Amino acid sequence: MIDLFIGRWPYVLTVVLMLIGLYGMLVKQNFLKKLIGMNIFQGAIILFFIVHAFKWRASVPIHDHHLGAVARAYINPIPHGLMLTAIVVSVATTGVGLALLIRIFRTYGTLEEPEVLERMQARRRP
Amino acid sequence: MTESPLPVLIPLLMLGGALVTVTAGSLLKQFAWPIALVTLSLSTAVAIEQLLTVLADGPLIHQLGGWAPPIGIAFVVDSLNAFIVTVVVAIPLLVLLYARDSVRKETPEEEVAFFTLLQVLLLGLTGMVLTGDLFNLYVFFEISSLAGYSLVARGSHAAPVSAFRYLLLGSLGASFYLMGVGYLYVLTGSLNMGDVSRILPGLIGNPALTVAMAMMVAGLGLKMALFPLHGWLPDAYTHASSAATAIIAPVMTKVSAYVLIRMLFFVCDPALRAAIPLGTVITWLAALGIIVGSVMAIAQNDVKRMLAYSSVAQVAYIGVGIGLGTPLALVGATLHVLSHATMKSCLFLVTGSVQLQTGRRTLHSYEGLGRLMPWTFAGFTLAALAMVGIPPTAGFFSKWYLVLGGIEAGEWPVVLIVVASSLLTAGYFFRLIEKIYANPAPSLRASDPGLLARIPIVALGAAVLVLGIANFWFVGEVLQPALLPQTLALTGM
Repeated sequence: MIDLFIGRWPYVLTVVLMLIGLYGMLVKQNFLKKLIGMNIFQGAIILFFIVHAFKWRASVPIHDHHLGAVARAYINPIPHGLMLTAIVVSVATTGVGLALLIRIFRTYGTLEEPEVLERMQARRRP
Repeated sequence: MTESPLPVLIPLLMLGGALVTVTAGSLLKQFAWPIALVTLSLSTAVAIEQLLTVLADGPLIHQLGGWAPPIGIAFVVDSLNAFIVTVVVAIPLLVLLYARDSVRKETPEEEVAFFTLLQVLLLGLTGMVLTGDLFNLYVFFEISSLAGYSLVARGSHAAPVSAFRYLLLGSLGASFYLMGVGYLYVLTGSLNMGDVSRILPGLIGNPALTVAMAMMVAGLGLKMALFPLHGWLPDAYTHASSAATAIIAPVMTKVSAYVLIRMLFFVCDPALRAAIPLGTVITWLAALGIIVGSVMAIAQNDVKRMLAYSSVAQVAYIGVGIGLGTPLALVGATLHVLSHATMKSCLFLVTGSVQLQTGRRTLHSYEGLGRLMPWTFAGFTLAALAMVGIPPTAGFFSKWYLVLGGIEAGEWPVVLIVVASSLLTAGYFFRLIEKIYANPAPSLRASDPGLLARIPIVALGAAVLVLGIANFWFVGEVLQPALLPQTLALTGM
């Protein structure tokens, strides 16, 4: 059992982070907390990619004459590039989410899910 | 495989159109609609030209920036995605005709935003269909989703709440897909679909591969509203403005279904599918989804909400086809993408028109409206008959191929469910048709909507019939060659 964790602990941590995010999205009653949970979840996936790209005793992926053209000497740049895009996507999603939350707050005056649902029902019965 | 700029042309047109719309719209908001109309017309023309070229000369490829795959990103078009992309731009073009008046009446201050977001949505969706790169697909996935959330957020006062829930679940789905891509990248070191499909057979039996595929199916299943991941759909469709629903409902879930087909049948080979029994899981969840969606549709009193639940059931038909995975079942699934897109957009246009003309949306208030709005309800009746699956409408033939596929796979319970669900569908549509026609006209001053809104309703209603009769051409020329077992592989992508 312990073998599973030794040497793999960064991956275990990303999974823990993912579960925290999922917990926040599904269990928390406040819309803003749900959005934070979503951010944690996305952050965990970004970390997963970055952890995978990391190598011990490797340099930044810019060609260096002392190191030569050896793949082992540089960390993998592709996941970093991908995750830059994923971070942009995550920021955009958060932005849209916050904009929606502002609209919800202006309409219902609260961000607590049960209260919003209650007020929504009240509006439906004129 | 011919090099051609056609594959990137549609997403570029949409991107350009969106930028021009938002610029010109800030000067005068009346500019927005004509620009969107021009963009979508051009895109439809390109899509048809592309489909005909692919049928004549075989698959087309465009390497972005001249970088050859697997290092660069390639857009690859074969007859399957040429077909899907034609549906994805042609149906919104028809809905756009309706959208002008409806957007001006329902959400007047949002006119420019609506037509800009519409083009961004289609940029994302067409990009998802055309790209041959897994990560590029994720980016287009999120572009379409973000535009979708904002479109769904316009409408009734409850729309932002349902849009926010859609955003949470949609991001969760996209994140699952991204995680799946991450696993595949760790396993194969490549993001190009063709390249990955050549490396994967050597990895059969690796548990990480099972996790990767399960994550992708979960992520795409969420966006596709596959039961039991459909929770976001009914609220989002009910509260959104009628034009937004009529554009999103027909195309958005179908594109995720297409990506699922691409992943399961083109990127994975048969030995891999046999090793990971995802098909069985999808089949049974979808079969349950058909029943649950139809029963929930019967229980609804709001017509738009009824149609939303019916969408859950109809998407599940596509899921059944994907799960069964035999060539005929896949033909059924892809044909159902076309027929459901046609029927559902027509039905949502009718509910939108009724709401605009009379302000009514419950089942009982539709009594006798058939006498006041004859053209609208002629289209509605045709589309409803097709939803039930009456021959020779388009809906009949896609179900027919699904049933044949079920027999081919020997899954008799699924065949039974598909056939029996037609009765459930008949239950909620015939009840409505009876109310519309078998009652005296209400004392109400209402008539068919203006010509621009009437054209798409009648055209889509007629298309249901024409596509039903012409389905032999689609199946014989387009879908069967694309989905034959020996071509279920990406060659030289």
